[in-house]
Amino acid sequence: MARETHGMVEKRGAGLWLTHVFMILGVLVIFFPIWLAFVASTVTQQEIIRPPMPIWPGDQFLVNYKNALFSGVNVPVATMLFNSLVMAIGIAVGKIIISLLSAFAIVYFKFPFRTAFFWMIFLTLMLPVEVRIVPTFEVVAGFGMLNSYSGLILPLIASATATFLFRQFFLTIPDELAEAARVDGAKPMRFFWDIVVPMSRTNIAALFVILFIYGWNQYLWPLLITTDPEMNTIVMGIKQMFPSGDDFAHWPTILATSILAMIPPVIVVISMQRLFIRGLVDSEK
Amino acid sequence: MEKRVTFRGWMLPLLLIAPQVVVSVVFFFYPAGQAIWQSLFIPDPFGLSSQFVGLGNFEFLLSDPFYRASFVTTAVFSILVTLCSMIPALFLAVIADRLIKGSGVYRTMLIWPYAVAPAVAGVLWLFMFNTRVGVISWYLGQLGYDWNHVLNGGEAMGLVVVASAWGRISYNFLFFFAALQAVPRSVIEAAAIDGARFWRRFFTIVLPLLSPTTFFLLVVNIVYAFFETFGVIHTITAGGPQQSTTILVYKVFSDGFVGQDLGSSSAQSVILLVVVGLLTVIQFKYLEKRVHY
Repeated sequence: MARETHGMVEKRGAGLWLTHVFMILGVLVIFFPIWLAFVASTVTQQEIIRPPMPIWPGDQFLVNYKNALFSGVNVPVATMLFNSLVMAIGIAVGKIIISLLSAFAIVYFKFPFRTAFFWMIFLTLMLPVEVRIVPTFEVVAGFGMLNSYSGLILPLIASATATFLFRQFFLTIPDELAEAARVDGAKPMRFFWDIVVPMSRTNIAALFVILFIYGWNQYLWPLLITTDPEMNTIVMGIKQMFPSGDDFAHWPTILATSILAMIPPVIVVISMQRLFIRGLVDSEK
Repeated sequence: MEKRVTFRGWMLPLLLIAPQVVVSVVFFFYPAGQAIWQSLFIPDPFGLSSQFVGLGNFEFLLSDPFYRASFVTTAVFSILVTLCSMIPALFLAVIADRLIKGSGVYRTMLIWPYAVAPAVAGVLWLFMFNTRVGVISWYLGQLGYDWNHVLNGGEAMGLVVVASAWGRISYNFLFFFAALQAVPRSVIEAAAIDGARFWRRFFTIVLPLLSPTTFFLLVVNIVYAFFETFGVIHTITAGGPQQSTTILVYKVFSDGFVGQDLGSSSAQSVILLVVVGLLTVIQFKYLEKRVHY
């Protein structure tokens, strides 16, 4: 009996200890690639091309990061970081604004073709960029938007997911509020700004976290439309740092760039963990 | 579901919905229509005119051994990615769930890889397995195993699978962990009092209760493997060696942009549209079920 009860649901004693060991091992294995990249970003190229490379950080941290940020390979990494920031914020803010507006229209108005519009938005769920790359590229090229921020942002901005999320949420706002606003003679947009938007704060924040990471981590789209290195985003720019021939890649610079590329999304995820998990669960539901 | 109270007027709502509709039409529906239209033509090599071929591009594709091989590659790849990301995630979530304290710290540590872009994950794994400087390939060499994913298709596949699955472990972990926390303690304690040991409880009670989450994650991970792993493959193998890691999405890219074969690339886009459509329908069918439940 005693043997059965000690490990009922939560582990105690030796079992608990073992659980922590497993957990730490798991975390170490998952973390190993990041650690190795960090170490490689703090040593010299010579230390890397004569394997095995060291397992603890070296003293070249400042040299490598300064070199990456201000010289880079094709273009300074600072430029790519800035481009990524513009793209990620543009996509997140843009998606949130157009989704808030269209969800508000769909929920709070009856107008011609409302259902048709709703289905139209719904259908965009089924059209990831990867599927329609060639024609979308032609459209963007036709508008002269290659190598521009609008070309990076606009094609990725329509999001059925965000619209649905806001629609679901608006439907839970008590009708009494809209009724009161109407009785008071408040204009719809007044109701939108004073009641709907403030009430959606948490949803907006949660969605921002998810969409920021989505925008930051884009690869294929920037790869196609930014032929000018000055417009490269950091995530797609790393691959461009590899030499095309048989030369050794300059690993310390490349891995310092990789670490720099993951810092902003990691900060967003870790610092807004609760919102992030909420956004993740909501947007996939 | 409908609102009982709505505002009057139709100009304002049309204005409000306009930005989303315009963006959808210009960047979604028009290009998708173009893809369908172009899939019916073969342009001449100079791009001056094109010849209508009906379903010729599709017939050609479906009889093309490279395209069929790409289908098989995609199937193998997505199944492996799904398994390699879900099983470790479930294992970690089960362990974390057994802890009374401290699971939050582990959760924070485990979330990291989710924020790492697939293309960056590709670079990290490429670095570890690089044939000249990679740490792991070097140690494998010491053990007498000659790792070379540049020449060996199987090793290339293994590497892109692991690199793609790695970041997904975080994602799946979060969902499994949330689902495990929602399993009523009383049910598990009752089984424990009846003498069911941990693994027996896990397989007979916990796993069935997790099945909605598991099914959801299966679909989502397959969608991920199909459409969001382009960055991993482009950075690590570029589809090689001998197309052994050319998944369908990669082939649309390489035929359309590198090979400039617009008719074929468009036909492939259309086939992918059908695949996404099917996956989305499955996802929603499942969602409906869960809502009713």
